[in-house]
Amino acid sequence: MSDVVERTLSALPGLLGQHDPGAGPGGAGGPGRVSASSRLGSLIRSITALTSKHEEEKLIQQELTSLKATVSAPSTTLRLMKECMVRLIYCEMLGYESSFGYIHAIKLAQQGNLLEKRVGYLAVSLFLHENHELLLLLVNTVVKDLQSTNLVEVCMALTVVSQIFPREMIPAVLPLIEDKLQHSKEIIRRKAVQALYKFYLIAPNQVQHIHDKFRKALCDRDAGVMAASLHIYLQMIKENSSGYKDLTGSFVTILKQVVGGKLSADFNYHSVPAPWLQIQLLRILGLLGKDDPRTSELMYDVLDESLRRAEINHNITYAILFECVQTIYTIHPKSELLEKAAKCIGKFVLSPKINLKYLGLKALTYVIQQDPNLALQHQMTIIECLDHPDPIIKRETLELLYRITNGQNVIVIVQKMLDYLKEGQEEYAIISLVGKIAELWFIQTMNAVFSVGGDVVHSDIPNNFLRLLAEGFDDEKEDHQLRVYAVQSYLALLEEEDKLYPQKFLQVMSWVLGEYFSLVTDVDPEVILTKLHSLLKKTFVTSETKAWIMAAVTKIASHTSCSKTVDEIIQELSSSLDTCLRQYAFELKHLCEDKALMKSLLPFDASCSDLVVDASLSFLDGFVAEGLAHGAAPYKPHHQRQEEKLSQEKALNFEPYGLSFASSVSSSGVTGRQSPTGLSFGSDISGNSAETGHKETNTLKLEGVRKLWGKEGYLPKKENKTGKENEPQAVPCGSLLAGQVGEAPALRPEQGASLSEEDKEKQQLASTLFIGLGASAGVSLMGKADTATQKFKRKSKITETQQLSEEASDFQNSAASNFDPLLDTVPDNVEDSEGSVHTGLRKGSPSSSDTVEDNLAFETPQSLRKSVLDDRISANRLSQSSLFADSNIEIFQPSSSAQCESASETPLVPSLPEELEELPHSEVVGLCQSDALALHLCKVWTDDSLLLIVFVSNKTTAALHAVNLILESATSHFPVIEAQSVEHCQKCVRMNKVCTQAILPASVSYQSEMETCLEFSVTLSLMDFIRPMEMTTEDFGKLWLSLSNDVKQNIKMSPCQDSLSAALDTLQQKLKLHRVDVIGNEGILACQLLPSVPCLLHCRTHSGMLALWFRSPCAALPDGLLYQCQKVMEES
Amino acid sequence: MHLQLSREINSVRSVKESEDTQQQIIRETFHLVSKRDENVCNFLEGGLLIGGSDNKLIYRHYATLYFVFCVDSSESELGILDLIQVFVETLDKCFENVCELDLIFHVDKVHNILAEMVMGGMVLETNMNEIVTQIDAQNKLEKSEAGLAGAPARAVSAVKNMNLPEIPRNINIGDISIKVPNLPTFK
Repeated sequence: MSDVVERTLSALPGLLGQHDPGAGPGGAGGPGRVSASSRLGSLIRSITALTSKHEEEKLIQQELTSLKATVSAPSTTLRLMKECMVRLIYCEMLGYESSFGYIHAIKLAQQGNLLEKRVGYLAVSLFLHENHELLLLLVNTVVKDLQSTNLVEVCMALTVVSQIFPREMIPAVLPLIEDKLQHSKEIIRRKAVQALYKFYLIAPNQVQHIHDKFRKALCDRDAGVMAASLHIYLQMIKENSSGYKDLTGSFVTILKQVVGGKLSADFNYHSVPAPWLQIQLLRILGLLGKDDPRTSELMYDVLDESLRRAEINHNITYAILFECVQTIYTIHPKSELLEKAAKCIGKFVLSPKINLKYLGLKALTYVIQQDPNLALQHQMTIIECLDHPDPIIKRETLELLYRITNGQNVIVIVQKMLDYLKEGQEEYAIISLVGKIAELWFIQTMNAVFSVGGDVVHSDIPNNFLRLLAEGFDDEKEDHQLRVYAVQSYLALLEEEDKLYPQKFLQVMSWVLGEYFSLVTDVDPEVILTKLHSLLKKTFVTSETKAWIMAAVTKIASHTSCSKTVDEIIQELSSSLDTCLRQYAFELKHLCEDKALMKSLLPFDASCSDLVVDASLSFLDGFVAEGLAHGAAPYKPHHQRQEEKLSQEKALNFEPYGLSFASSVSSSGVTGRQSPTGLSFGSDISGNSAETGHKETNTLKLEGVRKLWGKEGYLPKKENKTGKENEPQAVPCGSLLAGQVGEAPALRPEQGASLSEEDKEKQQLASTLFIGLGASAGVSLMGKADTATQKFKRKSKITETQQLSEEASDFQNSAASNFDPLLDTVPDNVEDSEGSVHTGLRKGSPSSSDTVEDNLAFETPQSLRKSVLDDRISANRLSQSSLFADSNIEIFQPSSSAQCESASETPLVPSLPEELEELPHSEVVGLCQSDALALHLCKVWTDDSLLLIVFVSNKTTAALHAVNLILESATSHFPVIEAQSVEHCQKCVRMNKVCTQAILPASVSYQSEMETCLEFSVTLSLMDFIRPMEMTTEDFGKLWLSLSNDVKQNIKMSPCQDSLSAALDTLQQKLKLHRVDVIGNEGILACQLLPSVPCLLHCRTHSGMLALWFRSPCAALPDGLLYQCQKVMEES
Repeated sequence: MHLQLSREINSVRSVKESEDTQQQIIRETFHLVSKRDENVCNFLEGGLLIGGSDNKLIYRHYATLYFVFCVDSSESELGILDLIQVFVETLDKCFENVCELDLIFHVDKVHNILAEMVMGGMVLETNMNEIVTQIDAQNKLEKSEAGLAGAPARAVSAVKNMNLPEIPRNINIGDISIKVPNLPTFK
């Protein structure tokens, strides 16, 4: 400790001279204050001058003695007392007890003026702990101060209550604090809530009746009080989430308002609105939405919003992002959000900032069970983290690996963990890691092996297992940990009363319990004995197993003074029909009578130390000869067997421990000798015990074993296991995050050639570590998964022009079905008011004329010319083409001659009718196709609507009949489509509810040889419905004032568009916004959502940031546009 | 650095722990934190002393000072990291260019400031201006009271009973309207 002080203070003496501590602004107070500081100052100064711990001790003792004299002198003034307290606090901080001063601290709190009282309270809260008896003396003072009219006194009392207060005295102050909830000052209300939180923690029953008041605090008009109440709610919801589901809506509303910047700017931190409040709310939502689809439904919107808003690269926004991600993965999953969250995790993991990397790994660890593919994407980063210089990162990585351990990668992962252990970190890490290794591989695997493998398990396996457990590693702590874990896990297993365990497993259990029961201190040996006793009574337990159990009972009995259960067992078994058990019972009885003998006979943890082994096993020669004569297999040395086993069973590799027992066990004969029964009883007993003559039983069993559980036997079991794991994983791989998997190109095996040696090594490591995680097992897994999912990704982007295979349309269907819920929600929302936040594309149907102009009409190209639409379109043609003239959107405008050419060569590439050609439109993209026909789509952005032109082309040489195209709910019918020809139909779509993206389901059916139906979908984006809106600056100003819904956000500008005009250009070109005016560093833009919902945008640049401010009569529109703005600004 | 350590650990201190344990925790924490490089993460997973894997040490290093918070899993790591920043900035405001000496000589003040931010182990206030306002208001009151030491008793009690000046918190709640729809009526 002293060197800590020295280090801190060594720099100070020089400063001390110049800096008079009493004169600082902090050193408020009268003239006495200066002397107090100087006394403390001289104390500190003299401590600084010391050279050894011993001297420091002497000095402090001196100081304490003088302090003791001062504080107990009756003449000491309160002011002097206060300064003594400060010095006492200092001494306590250095680790010297000053208990004589405690009572004076309480007195000071009671009698002093404000400043003295404060020091008194502070000293009390620092000196005393919650159960200190002196604390009772404080209660009166607290009660008095709570009733004071002086706010500062009330604050102090509330603070001390929330820090330290005796539980039994809560009733004395509770009503007073409850009253404070109605106090007019928010700071008092806030502190009162905090004090009640403290009471809730230490005595939940006592505050049960004021839950209503918590609710009131939650809707307090002061946001600080509301924030304080969240602590209580977080705690209560953690304990019982079902009781507070009704509050979900409120929490969502609060979060929405906070995120939307509705709190005053005071709450901003680095221009993020109330980040800590957001974090708290997100945690609460996570707890509420867990495993509850209905509640989760309520929060999707706000989570999406939070994710989007947290874009600026400040530390605190990452904190919010991290919470968001965690919440999204905790609540009932929604694929869109998961996708975004996965991207966020990527940001964390790949961040060069080490704190973020750490959190990224933590997030990965958290989501890995739901979504193992995410780990696959980041496997190279994970591998790099394994070699990270920071041990904390390394440990977190191992934690992650621990979660993805399966039968195939267990060896590599355990190896990595052992490597980490060898580096010898702090004790805590070692203990927890060893626990994990043991759990992971050893005990758990063995438990699984025993319970599944049952009695056909090769008897070597339990024996080896027990030996490893007994001999342990080199490290005492690890051994201890492992054994404790084993005992605990077995006790837990035995907890289930009627479960049938294989005999071998029971034997192992009873041995472990007998040998190491005393390591687990919190379990009464009597409990273990009772359990063993009940086992003894079970009929399914064979007498062999009973012998093991008896041995355990004997061992336990030797360490307990007298036990009723032991007596009962002795009594019961003394009359047993089984002679062997009877023998045990008698032995036990005699041993119990002579405890000393018993103790010396059964020393604790002597399973591998007290054996003097006749290494040559000469006494067994005859037995061996006999065995061989009866056809037993000749002896194989241990390592040989080990190797054989290794080659047979990958999962049961004992290699890491090979050294430890190979060195200490010289011959296999010990296996038999080390049996629990054989340990301390004569050979007459072992004649009946588990593994006597194990050669015979071995050979006998081996025949059976080989067939069932040999090389072929273990494997099927393995495969089942991994198969199970893989099933659920296949789903997310297919639907949710497939897109990203494809983005981890460094991992593709075929690129290996171009990579350096080191990278190759890493890849190899990756493939061994992440084996079994993907959709299909096997080493080639990653390559496969990659290609498959990449394909999916491409296909799901419907707008891309790709020739689609059959397979692709399957994928597409699945993509469409993913979005079905989106559309399903729509009918519910139709009744919602226009401003509703819930968004969706209103289903257009011909019957509801008020919704969408749903004139899906089948017209030949010729007839279109005469259509009503045509007039409108051509009328607007000029203005539109000028608007889109410099847009970046690729406009497909081949010259008419080129069109003719291409038409003659490849008649199946559809092209727009001439009159539409002039309008701004998208490229013609393929939608889907089959053997017989292909579908293409072109979006035409007319002035007042979006026209979808669907081309149906017949690829066959024969005419197709009865082609029905169903787009959303309207059908268009083509009686016949001639061979090698293209027909088209068009549909006018409008967006009635704002959403950033919508998908129209559609299908086409036709009659070729048989009725065929193809399903596909059309993706529409918000931008398809946004048109520029021309207006004057004056109109803009008027309209601006009349609009209520506004959204503000700062976005970062990339260096290349670091001026307002560049940014405005981007927005104008890419988002079709009309630029109204530019004044200085501010610009105004306007646009409208079809048919006529305006949205105004005000932009301002300052220090590399672009402040966007949207206003619109429709609540959801600004959000949607903001999202688009962020997107284009990022892209440019 | 001491005081921060001892203070924070004090607030996580479980029911009955001897002074020894507390000192041990401080020593261990210092040992852990001081040997960390600059370019490693600011989080340390719990040792046995601070209560196991649920607890974490989150620290920030300012020149010769370490500010260490020990938190459980209900806190956000990055959030706490910024809270330390807020704390230090607040100290800086309250002491006007804070230095180590201020923290050593005014342990009590530092504790008071911390108590305004973290109360009973929970984050109470994160708004720096608000904290500074509170502290200033209290100082003023205390000062005026101390200055009245020699004044007649009635004058002193008059000052004592004077309420805190209206602190302009400036929370323009404006648009925020937190409604709890299912709020049962209070009986």
